[in-house]
Amino acid sequence: MSSFWNIWVWVLTLGSLVGCFLILRMCLKNFAGVEEGESMGHTFDGIEELNNPLPKWWSTFFLLTIVWAFGYIALYGLGGWGGLLGWKSSNQGILNLAESKAKTLENLSKDSGVLVQYDREVAAADAKYGPIFDAYAARSIEDLATDGEALKVGQRLFIQNCSQCHGSDAHGTTGFPNLADKDWLYGGTPEIIKETIMNGRIATGMMAWEGALGGDQGVKEVAAYVISLSGRSVDPELAKAGKGKFALCAGCHGPEGQGSLALGLPMGAPNLTDNIWLYGGSKRVIEESIRYGRAGVMPPWKDILGEEKVHLISAYVYSLSQD
Amino acid sequence: MKNSHEKVEKNVGLFFLFTVFAISIGGLVEITPLFFQKELATPVDNLKPYTALQMEGRDIYIREGCSNCHSQMIRPFRAETERYGHYSVAGEHVWEHPFLWGSKRTGPDLARVGGRYSDDWHIAHLTDPRSVVPESNMPAYNWLNTNTLDGEITGKKLETFNFLTRNRSHKDENGKAIPLYTQAEIDGAKDAVKGKTEMSALIAYLQSLGHALK
Repeated sequence: MSSFWNIWVWVLTLGSLVGCFLILRMCLKNFAGVEEGESMGHTFDGIEELNNPLPKWWSTFFLLTIVWAFGYIALYGLGGWGGLLGWKSSNQGILNLAESKAKTLENLSKDSGVLVQYDREVAAADAKYGPIFDAYAARSIEDLATDGEALKVGQRLFIQNCSQCHGSDAHGTTGFPNLADKDWLYGGTPEIIKETIMNGRIATGMMAWEGALGGDQGVKEVAAYVISLSGRSVDPELAKAGKGKFALCAGCHGPEGQGSLALGLPMGAPNLTDNIWLYGGSKRVIEESIRYGRAGVMPPWKDILGEEKVHLISAYVYSLSQD
Repeated sequence: MKNSHEKVEKNVGLFFLFTVFAISIGGLVEITPLFFQKELATPVDNLKPYTALQMEGRDIYIREGCSNCHSQMIRPFRAETERYGHYSVAGEHVWEHPFLWGSKRTGPDLARVGGRYSDDWHIAHLTDPRSVVPESNMPAYNWLNTNTLDGEITGKKLETFNFLTRNRSHKDENGKAIPLYTQAEIDGAKDAVKGKTEMSALIAYLQSLGHALK
């Protein structure tokens, strides 16, 4: 702030403190021209105002608040002066994360002279929890998945950050995969789970197929064939026609509909033969998926949570599908 | 001494003036200097103006009263930054008119909600919050799926923001102010949003939140 505004703040603050004191002093004197305890000379409805002095406890407290204000200013500063404590709640005026980090480091160095409450709070927490996370980070995900304590931490992190889509029991919901079964879109090994959480996934995206399949009839045929893949009974004529068109789907879902993972491909195209359905397995929903397409997105968590937390969440997720 | 206090007690106009004077001091000290503080007029390095669609989404956010339950202000407490990310800084909000910090925290803070959930999740959640978060008490906003934008005044909104942020925009290498929107963007605003659903506009806005501090 410019010096004008610093002076502005100083003058108004100190002026109002002095003003408060002067008003209090004036009001402690009897200036009404009436003896203390006598009537002020007006009554209303039988109630009479007497010239009583301000209560002693009240005026003492008022004085103490003024003294308190000076002490507060001395410790916490005013108008451009940081005060004896050099206290700040946080670093404002930063323009990027690098600046924020640099300021935090500067604040935490011994001779900076400022006490940034947020930076201190985080540093204290890091000192306390850092070693715990470091110890977990040094162990493999398989190992952590057998450690009850580590899984508790992982579960907490999961519930806070992942349950909004995958559910608090990790059983998923329409469009958001169940993580507690053995069916995977991208793979269920510890490394792949961690990679999925770190970097997110963008499904290659199933396009809308109605046009390419020759309209509504084509959609119905392919849907019938897809339903038949998991052993459900369908109109054999429709399914047969659908089978012929399924070649279009095989690029991602595989020639037998076994899904991209079984083929070692990275599209995240589900296995269609296991009767596990990401968007629902009714005829209506399967037709809808084919007609309009689907595109699931898992956001990347690397920057939000950091690798150490992702490591623990990976262990928790991995443990869910282990017997 | 004459009872001068009587003048104030018996003259409501005078009493009003003294009261206004007394309570204005707090604002004069704590608020007025902020208008002239450089930090509060300098955008963070990566701050980007809302696209036409995001701008429309922002107005839907305001219309539906989202800020009555959701703040956009991460306070500098570890408990909050662990959950939401880096605390909010002034430079992220210099182009906000009005700012949407909110003060009621019935739902989670949204200052950095962008990129946390997929678009599909937002559609499911806004259409029926309990389909994804069973214990949620957020209302459903399913009409956003069917209402469409006509874009009649979208260009005007962008123009207005150019005016409102004229002293607070990024500067080019010669120190010259770069307006938020070019004339081409203002002219193209209508076509950019016309026919899109309010749902897609609101989600575009939500996904844009919180990426400026990098």
